[in-house]
Amino acid sequence: MPAQVITVTSGKGGVGKTTAVANLAVALASNGSKVVCIDGDIGLRNLDVILGLENRIVYDIVDVIEGRCRLKQAMIRDKKLPELYLIPAAQTRDKNSVSPSDMNRLVKDLRNDYDFVLIDSPAGIERGFRNAIAAADRVLVITNPEVSAVRDADRVIGILEAEDKGPAALIINRLNPALVKKSDMLSADDVLDLLAVELIGIVPEDENVIISSNRGAPVAHDPKSKAGQAFRNIARRLKGEKVPFLDLDSSGSLWERLQRLAGRK
Amino acid sequence: MSFFDRLFGRKSSADSAKERLQLVLIHDRTDLTPAELDSLKDDLIAAISRHVEIDTQSMQIGVEHDGRSQRLVADIPIKSAQRRRARKTK
Ligand SMILES: Nc1ncnc2c1ncn2[C@@H]1O[C@H](COP(=O)(O)OP(=O)(O)OP(=O)(O)O)[C@@H](O)[C@H]1O
Ligand SMILES: [Mg+2]
Repeated sequence: MPAQVITVTSGKGGVGKTTAVANLAVALASNGSKVVCIDGDIGLRNLDVILGLENRIVYDIVDVIEGRCRLKQAMIRDKKLPELYLIPAAQTRDKNSVSPSDMNRLVKDLRNDYDFVLIDSPAGIERGFRNAIAAADRVLVITNPEVSAVRDADRVIGILEAEDKGPAALIINRLNPALVKKSDMLSADDVLDLLAVELIGIVPEDENVIISSNRGAPVAHDPKSKAGQAFRNIARRLKGEKVPFLDLDSSGSLWERLQRLAGRK
Repeated sequence: MSFFDRLFGRKSSADSAKERLQLVLIHDRTDLTPAELDSLKDDLIAAISRHVEIDTQSMQIGVEHDGRSQRLVADIPIKSAQRRRARKTK
């Protein structure tokens, strides 16, 4: 079966695109899929450090596109997962060194040999974003439960619809259940109400994300982390499995939790 | 949201966020500013009033969303012809 090509994008910067791509790649590859991830953020390369592969880079995506190396030479194999590869972004070039048709050509060469191609998009709605969605079969829009992130996500979802790249699926990242409970953060239902798209995952705010990015080993490797669990669930949904959404409302005292279990709250 | 906010009936910050986003998204999606929407309403009233007498006090015109698509919804009561005639003959 040819690969599913999935792009993660957001509109607003810093909401968790790179984190999501790294974790979905790890989760899919841990589950036996052959995965290539492509860093589409030319000039602001990051996926390599999040995956802990920064020391192994020789060639990058622009080298492939401009014919300085073969595709295989630019593909870096993960340290732990033999079926996971990274094609790094160029650090010293700008996004105009790549065009949407370059991306289509590159991805076409990967389609037959892998199960998933994951593309990390830069923030914004300009050239880099256009490149990142050009070859996508499916686009995941990621947002945080905050006004500016949701507004930008809506704009991107609208563009994707207009370009026949929709319907997008939504990841809500950095949800803080305690704040939602105090009515000081938009809930997942609020965000879904506003954006009116399909939900594919809710990832809680989790300090393990930062700890694991320090180490260069995405949190999806960590069986105890809630964010890791959420990313593993999204990976299973991408494979077509029906997985219930995590019950993130484990905040509160043991007593409150027992009452909730007993259906009294 | 603090105890005092709730005590004094202040809206939660999540509720304000949602309400503000609802309005912003309508404008983003339709490219209609609140001022443009007002002038659209005035034009509508003028056009309809050329044909029937309408009750401008109780009419409602606004943008609603249905999934990801927006629709202009107008509820414009027409003044009854009988009452109008009765008034004229008085
Ligand atoms: N669920 C989470 N819990 C805690 N921290 C998170 C979570 N998701 C992302 N972060 C942190 O948020 C920051 C931004 O994440 P990331 O780099 O993945 O965003 P991005 O969308 O790729 O940013 P850019 O637009 O700059 O490419 C990082 O420091 C990351 O560790
Ligand atoms: Mg990034």
